[in-house]
This record gives sequence, C-alpha cells and structure tokens, in this order.
Amino acid sequence: MTTPETLAAMIPDGASVILPKGEGPDAPVALAKALIRRGARDLHLITLPACAAPVSGMMVDMLIGAGCVARVETSGVSLGELGPAPAFNRAVTSGAVTVTDATCPALYAAVQAGGKSQPFATLRGIIGSDLERMRDDWVVIDNPFQPGDKVVALKAINPDVAMFHAPMADREGNLWIGRGRDLLYAAHASKVVLATVETVVDTCFYDDDALAAGVLPAFYVSAIAHAPGASLPMRMDATVDLDAVRAYAGAARSEAGLQDWLAREVFAARSAAE
Amino acid sequence: MTEIRDEEVLATAIADLLDGARHIAVGMASPLPATGALLARERSGGAMQVSILGNAKASRWTNGGPELFDLAGRGGIDGFFLSGGQIDGRGNINLVGVGDYPQSTVRWSGSFGSAYLYFVVPRVILFRWEHSRRTLVEAVDFVSAPGTSEPGVHRTGGPIALITNLCLFAFDRDRARFRLQSVHPGHTLDEVRDNTAFDFDLPETVPQTPLPDAETLRAIRGPVAERVATIYPVFARQVFGAAIPAA
Repeated sequence: MTTPETLAAMIPDGASVILPKGEGPDAPVALAKALIRRGARDLHLITLPACAAPVSGMMVDMLIGAGCVARVETSGVSLGELGPAPAFNRAVTSGAVTVTDATCPALYAAVQAGGKSQPFATLRGIIGSDLERMRDDWVVIDNPFQPGDKVVALKAINPDVAMFHAPMADREGNLWIGRGRDLLYAAHASKVVLATVETVVDTCFYDDDALAAGVLPAFYVSAIAHAPGASLPMRMDATVDLDAVRAYAGAARSEAGLQDWLAREVFAARSAAE
Repeated sequence: MTEIRDEEVLATAIADLLDGARHIAVGMASPLPATGALLARERSGGAMQVSILGNAKASRWTNGGPELFDLAGRGGIDGFFLSGGQIDGRGNINLVGVGDYPQSTVRWSGSFGSAYLYFVVPRVILFRWEHSRRTLVEAVDFVSAPGTSEPGVHRTGGPIALITNLCLFAFDRDRARFRLQSVHPGHTLDEVRDNTAFDFDLPETVPQTPLPDAETLRAIRGPVAERVATIYPVFARQVFGAAIPAA
C-alpha cells in the first residue's frame, strides 16, 4: 500500500495511460494531480471510451492544461452537463496536443482485443466516416467468411498503464469494482495497473460470492494507494460537487486562470496537506 | 400550467416516433429526448425499456460500457438519439469540429458512439434544438457518422427523423434526403427555409406539428415529469416548474 505520489513516480514520461469514463467514482483525480506535481510530460492519454462527465473531463483537461499530455485518443472529452473542456479545446485547435478521434465501441473492441493478446478486433459501422479515413490503425477489410461483406479491423490497444480509483481493496490486494466492468477491460489490456482505493478491508472478497462477482483479481494489479477522496469532486455515492467543477471551468477559460487554479488547487493544496 | 410548452410539443412528437419500440437508449445530457422516450414508455404501460446512459440508477447494464453497443449490434436497441454541431442534408452528422481537421477552428467534444449506433439502431432520431444555417449545413466539415451507406456495408439502422425547435423532418433513406413533415406551432415554413442551409423536400401542404392531447399532457406533467425530475432536476424545474413533487 502506497501513496498517489509513489504511483505517479511509476508512470514514465511518454507512457500511454488509459483512463476510465468517470460515470461512477472511478476517475483517479488525486493521481492525476500527483502526475502534474511530478511534472509528467508527453503522456499519451486513452479514454475508455470518453472522459465526458464533469469530473473525468476536468481530470483530462487539467492534465492537458498542465502540459503533461502530447496525445489524446478519445471518443469525447468534455465537462458533461457543464460544457466544453476548455484546455482540451484550446490544445486541439492550436495543435499543442494531437487528438486521435475514435468512437466508443471501437475503443472498447480494440482494448478488449488487447486484453486477449490478439492483434486486432473487427467491428461493423464506422465505414464512410471521416474517423476511419483519418486513421491508419483502422483498416477496412473483407469478411474472410463472406466475401463482399466489409468490416473494419481495429489495431489492438495495450496501454502502458491503466490508472483508476476503486471503492475497496482487500487484504490480498484484490480490488472490488462492482458493476464498473470497464476497469476490468482496461486492466486486462494494460502492462501496469495502478489504483487508488477509498477503503481497505481486512477480509478476502472471495469469501463472499456476491462480492467476488465484482472483483478485479490482485494478479492484474501492480500497486495500490489507500487514498480516501481520490476521486473528488465526485463522491463515492456518484454525486458530484458541481460547484468545484464550475470553479475549475471558470478558471480554465483563460490560460492564466488555469495556471492560477493549478498553483492553488494542485501545488499549494499538496504543500498545505504535508 | 395550462399553456402548452414547446418542450411538451417536441416530447410528444418524439414519443410518436418511438411508438411500439421495445428498448430505447438515451445519451447522457439529453433531457428533452429522455422526456419523449419516457412518455413513449408511459404510453406503453411500462412495457418499453428506457436506458438513460451515464445514470447507473436508470439503467440495467451489468457488462460495462461495451454492453450497449453489443446489444445494439444484435438488434436489441430500437431507438436512439444523436445530435451534431453540424447536420447536413444527407443525414451526415459532425460532432468533432468546424474547419480543417484536425486543427479545427471550433472543436467539439467528439463522436462518442455515433459511428456505430447510427449503423445498427433502426430508429435514430436526430435532435438539434438550434435550427440555424450554422447547424443545418449543406455539407458537414467532418463526418462523424454518415447518414447512409453504400451497398456491401452492413446497415440495419439509421436516421428516421430530424427534430429542431422549428420543425420535424422525416428522412428518406433511399434518396438520402430530408422531407419536411410538420412545422411547430408558432413557426412558419419561411422561417424553416430561411434557417436551413440544405435542400429538402416539401409536401403539398405543410401541417402543423400536433399539440399533445389532454391524456398526453396528463402523462407528461404527471408520471413523466416525476421521472425526469429524478434524472434531470434542473431541466425539470425549468420546464415543469413547481408542479412536480421534489425528487
């Protein structure tokens, strides 16, 4: 059991990092802040499949605004009901960050192919869109079992790192993720899996079948930090402190405002806690 | 609350389009489409399933994010809503941005599931509240998902209609063209023409979008409003005011 700072030190510059969509309290906000403090650079973020909820979108946006990110592969980045992600939009229109646009089921299929150690997955749809035209890792092929039937082959995705926040770890280091199956798919495909957890229990999830159904086994997990509140401003009941996200969105509308916000909420907040 | 609101007219038009469906999925930030879908559910006596994406309490998924797409692929989702920063006359939608990709002059959030669901959901309703020449364009700058596909491309789904704050268009898949179906109360055909940059077909006479009848209004303002308020409290307060009990 370690700290978010230690986890952040395990993510090298240039790493590809897969992030959850943040509909539930799985966005690893505290770990993202630790990455910003460590001055991470050239990260390649992959959202599974989008970070378009207020908190997950804010997390991606602050990483971009802090200069940690070179590329984003995504089906969507926004602050959800609170509108566009300001730093993401600025970085894409200026060219400071390269965006690789995807569509949700294609990211899932490519990540699941990665988890199965297969070279690619195939998917229907997509053909005739500019998404397909802009990418060389998606290729239209003939269905080998039914010539003339076209499908898209999607190159598998195996991220260097998966990072997320989970509700519980047990004494063996198993993570309870409940219905949040996306965390399972991200972990299966990734070389290193780093998690912050809300609580640590002195039991074993496998002693209870109802709990065992929602477990990510310890053998996928590289390191865990016990960090209550690490998904804030999303609380563990999946409610969000929208005022906190609004304050971020307001600040991030200008580059100077964003840098002030980072100084206050990421750098100074940590010093005060120490 | 006796005056009929625009939102109630649109929700009724949406519910009419979804009549007979078994399972409708609604995207995260889509309160008005959700109101229409929940009205259709109410009319079905609760037989219709409505899954509100991004709201764990309003959906029954157990296999994570892929499940919606897997279910849609096997024909299990009958209706879905898509929008676009731009929508063109061939039913192509753009959720990515304005100008030359990738350095768009205006960047939107992204294509989400559109490039798959548009292909496999039989009744996709395009919904764009702002009806203007910058939203309803002649040709989109980026195709997130195409309105129609060439032969040889698996295509069991696609757009059936486009609904805006001014009117309702039906989509003809064979001709890849919209046809004006009705104009909402208080608006005119000229207004639709002036604010649409693409060419569309016209019936001989253009009807007005029907107003909800008394039974529909009771459903919208009663059980539907209550349900909407639990998912979209801000929207429910704006549209239904204090008439609904607190969620």
